[in-house]
Amino acid sequence: MKFGVVRFPGSCDDIDALQASTRVGDAVLLWHADHDLQGVDAVIVPGGFSYGDYLRAGAIARFAPVMAEVEEFAREGGLVLGICNGFQVLCEAHLLPGALLPNVSLKFVFRQVELEVVRARGPFTGACDRGQPLSIPVKHTTGRYYAPDDQLDRLEAAGQVLLRYAPGHNPNGSLRDIAGVRNAAGNVFGLMPHPEHAVDPLGGSVDGLRIFESMRAHVEQHVLA
Amino acid sequence: MRARVLVRPKAGILDPQGQAVERALPALGFEGVRNVHVGRMIELDVEDPGRLPEMCERLLTNPLIEDWEIEEAEVEETEVEDAEVEETEVDGAEIEEGEIEEPEIGGEG
Repeated sequence: MKFGVVRFPGSCDDIDALQASTRVGDAVLLWHADHDLQGVDAVIVPGGFSYGDYLRAGAIARFAPVMAEVEEFAREGGLVLGICNGFQVLCEAHLLPGALLPNVSLKFVFRQVELEVVRARGPFTGACDRGQPLSIPVKHTTGRYYAPDDQLDRLEAAGQVLLRYAPGHNPNGSLRDIAGVRNAAGNVFGLMPHPEHAVDPLGGSVDGLRIFESMRAHVEQHVLA
Repeated sequence: MRARVLVRPKAGILDPQGQAVERALPALGFEGVRNVHVGRMIELDVEDPGRLPEMCERLLTNPLIEDWEIEEAEVEETEVEDAEVEETEVDGAEIEEGEIEEPEIGGEG
């Protein structure tokens, strides 16, 4: 199983995503200006400040050359994970529903949060248990998940909300405590917390590994089998 | 044409920036201010203004969370279309200490 981590100018969590991926499989960096996914089985769009986050977070990165390949890969059912800035990029690219707005506090938040696994099935949370608490850090200024009310109803009804902030842990004012959502087809997932920063006991939690393990299990069972 | 694209948060979406400004004004003695919203203004010269709406929908705004409006701006007569770049001394010895600009550091999370 080979992960590909996109590196934009301004990415800063690409190396952590790469390191986290190598704990469950192989991993390579993908350059933003290349029209080449190097035959990877899953793409990770990492955290950071792609293209300086000018205009809106993710607004310019979504038009990077490599994103044409990522969109094609996603249309064909390939797994795409967006973390933090990557989540913003995927929303801007319309690969995921909704948008990320500035935190209600208008402040940068950097803290460990408790998450609840809403849905423990599928390629991204299949290795979790339903309701399982995950302790994973967040660090962002623009992480308030927003979608119109009727769309939120549809997302919840369709099981597209995979992760919520536990009661009292919503760090940014996200509507309905949503921390991570997937697309309708189920192969694209975005979340504001950073699972790649929670993969080693030294960091205080290894709960983030569940996401990477879920992806590996899915690829091994459905793609490489 | 010189255009201004005014971008504002969509009605009904919580606008904490607007709220913060609304709370700050009375503290300075400006009473009677309500419904403060903070948006963005993008100014640009375009050859084909007819393409502005598409620019707004695809890049300049996120239509899910923002409304936009285009207005024509006046170009001041004194303005030269291609402003001449001022020639600067290349010789390092000519530059005085105070003239060296520090790069801007900062950014947003």
